[in-house]
Amino acid sequence: MELKTKIAAEDGKQYLVITREFDLPLELLFKAHVEPEIVEQWMGTKVLKLEGKKHGGWQFETTDAKGNVVFRANGVIHEFVPNQKITRTFEMENTPFPVQLEFLEFERLTDDTSKINIHIVYKSVAHRDQMLQLPFAQGLNMAHNRLQDTVSKLK
Amino acid sequence: MNLRRDVFQAIADPTRRAILLLVAAQSMTAGAIASNFDTARPTVSKHLQILTECELLEQKQNGREIYYLINAKKMKDVADFIEPFRQLWDDRFNKLETIMKNYQSKK
Repeated sequence: MELKTKIAAEDGKQYLVITREFDLPLELLFKAHVEPEIVEQWMGTKVLKLEGKKHGGWQFETTDAKGNVVFRANGVIHEFVPNQKITRTFEMENTPFPVQLEFLEFERLTDDTSKINIHIVYKSVAHRDQMLQLPFAQGLNMAHNRLQDTVSKLK
Repeated sequence: MNLRRDVFQAIADPTRRAILLLVAAQSMTAGAIASNFDTARPTVSKHLQILTECELLEQKQNGREIYYLINAKKMKDVADFIEPFRQLWDDRFNKLETIMKNYQSKK
């Protein structure tokens, strides 16, 4: 099966490109990036603020079952052209990761299909590579926590 | 099936990831590894076999005992690879597609 979401991350470059084609009209794909209640559903995070306009700001927050904040990110919107593009910054709060710059481009393929192209620029190659490894590291961390839980039950 | 996919299937399982973390700290025998889990011994053996087949673990004979150790090079290949990152975005976009299809049909 062909992979739907593609990541192009060339060695030694401080950017990457995420592309994906959708079985959705362009307007719906764009709407899914603008309407807070829809963004919340597919990003799996709470949307505190999302201003779809030039000079607008956004802030997302994820809490665990106990109400502790496990993830919070924010940024500003530099360009906002409906059904065409969003240019924004992205910063994860309370982490050593620097701000990154994101260019989202929306494209109509047919009446019923569309495509997104996300070009993300990082401060350095090392920062990009660290960010790429984060989901892998988190997977290992979760396994590690479960292991610790199991081990502490044995004691 | 290609080898790369085998590696990711190997680390997709939480018990196997836990085994890798254990063995990363020190090389261990199958018995010592199994004693860390509630799982039945043959199940742990099966996990060890899979991890060894995709070269994430290596076996080393020490007297009568076989010790398992991490193949650091292979682990690095996996850690460098962007598949978990891609998977994260793929999951998000799959959700987006489903949500908007429902949204469309409600209108």
